[in-house]
Amino acid sequence: MQDIDIADLKRISELIYQKYGYDFRNYAMSSFKRRVLRIMDLKRLTVDALIRKLNDSPEFIHEFLDELTVNVTEMFRDPSFWRIMREEIIPAILLNHKQFKIWHAGCSSGEEVLSMAILLKEMGIHQDVQIYATDLDTTILERAKSGTYSIKNMELNEKNYIRFQGAGSLKDYYREENGQAVFNKDLLNNVTFRKHDLVMGEVFNKFDLVLCRNVMIYFNQALQNEVLKKFHESLFKYGYLAIGSKESLIWCDYANRFIVVNNEEKIYKKIKD
Amino acid sequence: MNKFNLNNSYKAVVIGGSAGSFQGVVKILSQLPKGFPLPIIMCLHRLKHVRHGFVEALSLKSVVQVTEPYDKENIKRGSVYLAPANYHLSVELGNYFSLSTEEMINNSRPAIDITLGTCAYVFKDKLIGILLSGANKDGAMGMKHIKDRGGYTIVQEPAECMIDTMPKSAMALTQIDHVLKVDQIVEFFKELDKQYR
Repeated sequence: MQDIDIADLKRISELIYQKYGYDFRNYAMSSFKRRVLRIMDLKRLTVDALIRKLNDSPEFIHEFLDELTVNVTEMFRDPSFWRIMREEIIPAILLNHKQFKIWHAGCSSGEEVLSMAILLKEMGIHQDVQIYATDLDTTILERAKSGTYSIKNMELNEKNYIRFQGAGSLKDYYREENGQAVFNKDLLNNVTFRKHDLVMGEVFNKFDLVLCRNVMIYFNQALQNEVLKKFHESLFKYGYLAIGSKESLIWCDYANRFIVVNNEEKIYKKIKD
Repeated sequence: MNKFNLNNSYKAVVIGGSAGSFQGVVKILSQLPKGFPLPIIMCLHRLKHVRHGFVEALSLKSVVQVTEPYDKENIKRGSVYLAPANYHLSVELGNYFSLSTEEMINNSRPAIDITLGTCAYVFKDKLIGILLSGANKDGAMGMKHIKDRGGYTIVQEPAECMIDTMPKSAMALTQIDHVLKVDQIVEFFKELDKQYR
């Protein structure tokens, strides 16, 4: 594999920012470097050729973004998280609102969105919840909308669902077609998929629950701090924020506007405007 | 005169291991000199869906409590860290950790190559890398990165390993400074500790 130095990585993030308006300048360096090297490897490009291609072929940016962003995810990742959602967080929201809104920020290929849809279905409140699912990568959003996944991923998803102690079998929700698991369309009929960039984008709605698990790990602390401000603004007072189990907000400026509801699963509640 | 030709310029120790490495790691941690000054960063292959138990099991006999770092947590002197389940663990310039959920490497997440490789990048020749028993080649490339940047490399004596693929892969790929049994690695830590007294 080739190597790339920080100066070239900075040239690339600066070019993407200036030319296409995506801001990767505050991404965590080690994973950003691995992603760029991976693209150079996949597309068989040297650093200079990659920079030229980004400069000369505007259509390449979509392909580039799709490979740059990490789109590895599972349905019901951390089953204990989803049990807490079902048994504590969603019931707590329902105490005050019969209808509510959820935002999956950085939804990638949509496994968490589907997990949530199934959870809500099994709680019998699917039709009362409006879900927004956003990502900056339009290619991956199309995949998320299709609700279609490779069958070879389903073994892990199935295992997670069993640990989540779902009401039935995950198979109840999809059919097999040409090596693909195609999920029932009605699961996603309350979901609005839209392109949104957490770094550059504006706050676009108010939510009772925001899920952003294992997304901000790709940001440096300065950017995590900025994004947490956006989540704060996007939440109703007493709304919930869920991040990844090994993420922490304690060093962010707005940390004191939240309380920890579940430290193990990293679920926070906004208590101050 | 010390047989390992050590000095007090090192900034960190990184340890990789997989199948058959648990006993070795426990022994090393249980006989670590009190107040050992360097951070020890460990990436051990583990079950992806089991978040709990491993760090507790390692801590039972360890001189120092083992912790799984949070994303962006600062690396502290004398602390012992373990890569959390289902995350890759990297070290960043500026002396802190970052986590990622990227694709598995060598069928592993956490991947030893990532932890060793990023440590090599950040600590350069101030790093000691140790690779223990294991059943695949994860870690070999990481050891090469450590050596290429001037770091110190040690693998567990293959004859002592439950499964020797991991140390042997590293030996085939790069120069290894010492091939040691776990008891000798324990001695190595004592010798290293003396350099800082």
